[in-house]
Amino acid sequence: MVRFGSFEMEFVKRGASPRYLAYLIPFVAVVVALLAGSVLLLVEGVDPLRAYEALFSSAFGTPYSLSESVVQATPLMLAALGTLITFKAGFWNIGAEGQLQMGALAATWATFVFAGYPPIVMIPCIMLFSFLGGGAWGMIPAIFKVKLGADEMLTTMMMNYVAILAVVYFVYGPWRDPSAYGNPRSPLLPLSSRLPVIPGTRIHLTVFVGLAIAVLLYVFLNRTKLGLEIRVIGANREAARYAGINVFKNILIVTLIGGGIAGLAGMGQVAGIFFSLPKSVSPGYGYTAIVVAWLARLNPLTIPVSAFLFGGLLNGGYGIQMAFAVPIALVNAIQALVLFFILALSIFYEYRVVFRWRS
Amino acid sequence: MIASQQAATSSFAVQMKGITKSFPGVFANDHVDFDVKHGEIHALLGENGAGKTTLMNILYGLYQPDEGEIYIDGEKVTINSPKDAIKLGIGMVHQLFRLIPSFTVTENIVLGLHSSKRPRLDLDVAEKKINELSKKYGLKVDPSAKVWQISVGEQQRVEIIKALYRGAKVLILDEPTSVLTPQEVKELTMILTKMAKDGLAVIPFVTHKLREVMAITDRVTVMRRGKVIATLETRNTNERDLASKMVGRTVFLETEKVEVTSHRPVLEVNDLRAINDKGLPALDGVSFSIAEGEVLGIAGVAGNGQTELAEVITGLRKATGGRILINGKDITNMPTRQIMEAGIGHAPEKRTEMGLVGDLSVRENLILTNYNDRSLATRYVLDRASIDRHVDKLIAEFGIMTPGKEAPVKLLSGGNLQRLILAREVTRKNLSVLVVVDPTRGLDIGATEFIRNSLVSLKKKGVAILLISGDLDEIFSLSDRIAVIFKGSIMGILAANEAKIDEIGLMMAGAGAQKQEVA
Repeated sequence: MVRFGSFEMEFVKRGASPRYLAYLIPFVAVVVALLAGSVLLLVEGVDPLRAYEALFSSAFGTPYSLSESVVQATPLMLAALGTLITFKAGFWNIGAEGQLQMGALAATWATFVFAGYPPIVMIPCIMLFSFLGGGAWGMIPAIFKVKLGADEMLTTMMMNYVAILAVVYFVYGPWRDPSAYGNPRSPLLPLSSRLPVIPGTRIHLTVFVGLAIAVLLYVFLNRTKLGLEIRVIGANREAARYAGINVFKNILIVTLIGGGIAGLAGMGQVAGIFFSLPKSVSPGYGYTAIVVAWLARLNPLTIPVSAFLFGGLLNGGYGIQMAFAVPIALVNAIQALVLFFILALSIFYEYRVVFRWRS
Repeated sequence: MIASQQAATSSFAVQMKGITKSFPGVFANDHVDFDVKHGEIHALLGENGAGKTTLMNILYGLYQPDEGEIYIDGEKVTINSPKDAIKLGIGMVHQLFRLIPSFTVTENIVLGLHSSKRPRLDLDVAEKKINELSKKYGLKVDPSAKVWQISVGEQQRVEIIKALYRGAKVLILDEPTSVLTPQEVKELTMILTKMAKDGLAVIPFVTHKLREVMAITDRVTVMRRGKVIATLETRNTNERDLASKMVGRTVFLETEKVEVTSHRPVLEVNDLRAINDKGLPALDGVSFSIAEGEVLGIAGVAGNGQTELAEVITGLRKATGGRILINGKDITNMPTRQIMEAGIGHAPEKRTEMGLVGDLSVRENLILTNYNDRSLATRYVLDRASIDRHVDKLIAEFGIMTPGKEAPVKLLSGGNLQRLILAREVTRKNLSVLVVVDPTRGLDIGATEFIRNSLVSLKKKGVAILLISGDLDEIFSLSDRIAVIFKGSIMGILAANEAKIDEIGLMMAGAGAQKQEVA
């Protein structure tokens, strides 16, 4: 209880948390984050209203800008879905960034291995390779965790740096395209590996793969035995042991699937956007994905919505960066503020505030 | 006339008048009147959720009443915090002791108080005062012992001294006998009686230890659903009367006795050994067997290997030696899943930490240990329709009060949680052994009665039950045989109808071991 003179404020535990909160809280978090972000904009000497207007119109204003927001949302959605399933098992994996990079690397390799095959063979193969590449990368910290007790938050994050530098090594080293002059990237991928797009846009096949995975994950988590086991492990590991659930095996499965899905995001960037492996495949999609997953309250079906919102924020961020010459770090700061307020406001799922005047 | 009235009023240590406190959706206290005189032991009796804890938390300043007045020694007071309460001479001994294990008894007692030799502690003066209090009321403690070295009963005495040291004239005790051995209960009774004789007002609150209420108290106030049902002179009432007032209907405190007819052992444990989490021996060669339809009670002071015994049998802890057989099949150190499939059910001591998943729904918790069953799922996919039927049936059969089967179980009350666990474990396919630990701890009379009857009907079906419980009444009322565990060894196994409670109590304190050493 907090008291100021005769004014009292008390946090009272709720019974069941009302349904509407799942929508209200993320919405309020975004609004408050934008308000807080306007302080940063003012410090930069930019009128927040005009900046947000520019952000909004370059994110959602025209059919083209909408389609570009979807392009940004695609890797976010996949990386968030991959992160989500590991979070469901209580495995605090922040390695989606690295898994994405390894997925991109494996997809690029697959295009070399299957060069000469038609798209009908090539595309499933690069998907499989990127899934296995990301998945294997995701499983390594799980083994460390279960066998040695290493904290997965640290190991998954350290694995990100290794993956990023592995990509750098390949594009400067063995896979460097000499015809690209100073631009460190792999040679252009064979045409057969290019993902189909919606004509007139850069929206590629991966977005539909992501939507399908969102639905599949929902069914998997809620309707299958394995899904139930995973949720039990995540909510109460002691109870999982008590119920005879094999925690080690399940965490390996979850990190394989989660890493694999994040790996597909990397595949999408390589085969759907760049058509080669560039030095920087991702501007940090794997990190933003954590925010996307929390904004969706770890529900796979709402991930596409929150990914689209953040895709818009990224896309619009490029817009204000160009229009007002503000650093992109400012856009990242606003994203971080969204996460901050979602976490801070989460207390209202469990508590409500009562105000009172005492005479 | 006026003078005598004043004298009458001032003999009350505490008067609470018309206390009302509501929480969202419930009246925790609905115009409650309660008083206690100097030199009186006045118990507050009621089931969980009856409102006794709320009432005492108001007296101790943890909650503010919405309405009502509190008088201490006849004077109206406002108690805003425990600090105010302590200043007014009110002391509270919590059910779970709030002591720091690595500190000495003296350090724990003076913790948070001003020292006359600030910034240094005046431990010598404190120790002298502690010894005085200790001698005065027979509160045996060793002021220089570290708290982790002393028994639970001694820790409770430290808590009582801590309250007296702060000048308590009114002592509130939350479930004071729930953790004690029979001998310790006797000692506590003597201590409280001495304190009352010395003019202190004592308020123990109790959920189901009616026998002790009858033995210790002068008056009893029974609460139910936030209201005072009756305030009675103890000598004018009896256990049965108190129980029915508490529950609101006639209750049967005696559980039905069912003879064991079979001699076929279902669970056999031979020379079982295991270590605890600290790596020290917890089970030191435990052997027993349980026949079809037999209940073996394991009595003992908490921490003598009971937890480890349940864990080793259910596969949650590795045995370092010995064997466990179910229906003749060796299951020692098999994975938990296989042990479950061999026919062991487990209602664990840690209900919410282990037996349930708080954030998951009632439906999911009811299938937590049997979702693999062919009738509830195919090889990979859960069969929602048959799960729903199964869950609806269990909710109805076991009277689980829940807002719905989709509600997360963390919203359910303690009694309903235990009903849920038992419903799940008891109805498992091919159940032949149930390991159940403290099945009714913290539950009210209604739930206790239900749970015990469920165990009896399970026994009738021929299931062997290993009942590990800190509640000796429970052990006596349900068991066919009683084994006493002390420091990881079985001191002896007695037939329940021949065992004496004193004998068991002495064995719990390790007396059997001394006898064996002599012999």
